[in-house]
Amino acid sequence: MKLTKDAYLSLYETMLRIRFFEETARELMLGGKLGGFLHLYSGEEAIAAGVCSELTKEDCICSTHRGHGHIIAKGGDIHKMMAELYGKATGYSQGKSGSMHIADIGMGIIGANGIVGASIPITNGVAFALRYLKKDAVAVAFFGDGASNRGTFHEALNLASVWNLPTIFICENNHFGMSTPQGRAMKLKRISDRASAYGIAGVTVDGNDPVAVKEATHEAVKRAKSGKGQSLIECVTWRHHGHYIGDPAAYKDPAEQKLWLSEERDPIPRFEARLLKEKVANAEELDGLKNKVRDVISASVAFAESSPDPSPESMYDFVYMPDEA
Amino acid sequence: MATMTYVNAIRDAQRQEMLRDPKVFVAGEDVALMGSSFGQTGGLYEEFGGERVLDTPISEGQIVSLGVGASAMGLRAVLSLDFCDFLGCCMDEVMNQAAKMTYMLGGQMCLPLTIRSNIGGEIGAAAQHSQCLEALFTHLPGLKVVSSSNPRDAKGLLSQAIRDNNPVIVLEHKALNPMTGDVPEGAFTVPFGKIELKKEGKDVSILSWANTLNKCVRAAADLEKDGIDAEVIDVRSLIPLDIDGILASVEKTGRVVIAHEAVETGGYGGEIAAMIADKGFDFLDAPIKRVGAPYTPVPFSGALEKHYQPNEERIIRAVKSLFY
Ligand SMILES: Cc1ncc(C[n+]2csc(CCOP(=O)(O)OP(=O)(O)O)c2C)c(N)n1
Repeated sequence: MKLTKDAYLSLYETMLRIRFFEETARELMLGGKLGGFLHLYSGEEAIAAGVCSELTKEDCICSTHRGHGHIIAKGGDIHKMMAELYGKATGYSQGKSGSMHIADIGMGIIGANGIVGASIPITNGVAFALRYLKKDAVAVAFFGDGASNRGTFHEALNLASVWNLPTIFICENNHFGMSTPQGRAMKLKRISDRASAYGIAGVTVDGNDPVAVKEATHEAVKRAKSGKGQSLIECVTWRHHGHYIGDPAAYKDPAEQKLWLSEERDPIPRFEARLLKEKVANAEELDGLKNKVRDVISASVAFAESSPDPSPESMYDFVYMPDEA
Repeated sequence: MATMTYVNAIRDAQRQEMLRDPKVFVAGEDVALMGSSFGQTGGLYEEFGGERVLDTPISEGQIVSLGVGASAMGLRAVLSLDFCDFLGCCMDEVMNQAAKMTYMLGGQMCLPLTIRSNIGGEIGAAAQHSQCLEALFTHLPGLKVVSSSNPRDAKGLLSQAIRDNNPVIVLEHKALNPMTGDVPEGAFTVPFGKIELKKEGKDVSILSWANTLNKCVRAAADLEKDGIDAEVIDVRSLIPLDIDGILASVEKTGRVVIAHEAVETGGYGGEIAAMIADKGFDFLDAPIKRVGAPYTPVPFSGALEKHYQPNEERIIRAVKSLFY
């Protein structure tokens, strides 16, 4: 795939936005400013960046408990996200969702989800609606290696296939479901092999290379939009931190952890080296982008901290939606 | 007005709403080619085609998730879950996805989805095909829960559910399937949150819904002979509940019997009783009585099930125990 300079830099900037958001959130939580559960996406940025770079605004995504990266890559508002982590009235859900349920329906972000595997079949509902409404668009399910062992995975891949829905399945294989390594939860080495059970395309790609992910997604979108079928794309990656903040990840092999965090494996320095080597951009340009993104994230923290708490009465809003007048 | 069976009223509600609104679709196991186990979706596939009436694989979680995703995108999903006992296979989708989505998303969209499901016994279907599980759903903020006792309400409540902007669990009693009654023709709704006064009376308020309601009406006729003038109320909309309508009746009669087919322990009757005790204690001349199923799974044998189901005799006994 031949990419323009803008396309390269856009992938890079998206990865930076995610990394800086996550690392900032981590500091804030360790500093006692944020509560709840935070499942950081650091290390997996190339997947969200690569996939979402192939999506239009009409395309939709459904996400997971580790969802910040997907939401940022699909164009979610960083200020509203940060404010939601703070539980503020200006957050995406006015403090009702926190980290795990952020959505932006207008941007095609149908929601992160606190229940592992739950969003996979919901994505089919979204895909069905897109087809029903005659939109030339796809719906993308993100989920982990662990989630692929849930029955929802089976029900969803089967339905998408038999109904020929425009659904794309992105399995982020970071090798662990909480503490449990992939090999203790399934005998298969390649999760994409599961695709054949549903008569759909399955491919495994380097999930730390945004271009590889982008290429696979490009094919999958083409296939889905032309009615030629669904795809299961397994993206092999590694999460840098524990399962959530507070998990020391003692179950990880230190040598392996070191290898995946090295400049050769970490998707961001690795992509940076490529941009420099292929002379897509020079070091100043990349530094400029970094500063720009840092400012965006800092501004989001300032926005969140200066935002009001939700009012106690607002707790009762949206349990039920009003009927149309 | 037309005379219709309960099943045909259910079918007619879906048909009318599909005619009214092109965003309404029907999905579930065997809804299309077969028209559902008892015929509740018969003819819809032939009339509206395969993109609006969809047979699904046996994948209950996916069926509800289909509705969640599609209704979040603006469609109106009418999902058939056949037997409410099967909702165990998709409880996450109902409890954590459908019930909570508008709330967690800060009201970004509506979630107009309807889950139709059969409740109840008396057809020898045993413990996994006979339960009345309304209390599982009334405990979940975000869901509305209704249950009909006759063809007219079966049509009206289901139509209202389809138009509602929230997830609604519509519980249809399978023993009522052959019941016939007058049903308004064309599009027709019954509002939620309104009791129906089935029989006026001054001595005791009997509250019920679904099949048991009809037993209460018969019990009230018998009680008349013994000089007890019972008021019979079809609660029908469990969430939202017309507590004001109920309290107005209790204020008049001073006595309450709540009868339902669900297991008495933890049943929704307990919640209504608590609300009456809380808000209407001063109206009461006697303790609130409940009549429900015993604390066992539903037995298969007719010889056993006839002792299991709340019946006229037990309702009458409960009423009489309040007069001393
Ligand atoms: C149905 C369900 N079971 C268990 C959990 C607890 N839990 C949260 S995340 C997680 C691991 C998920 O692993 P995976 O799907 O591989 O995603 P990852 O966290 O690695 O991104 C578990 C077990 C949950 N939230 N939902």
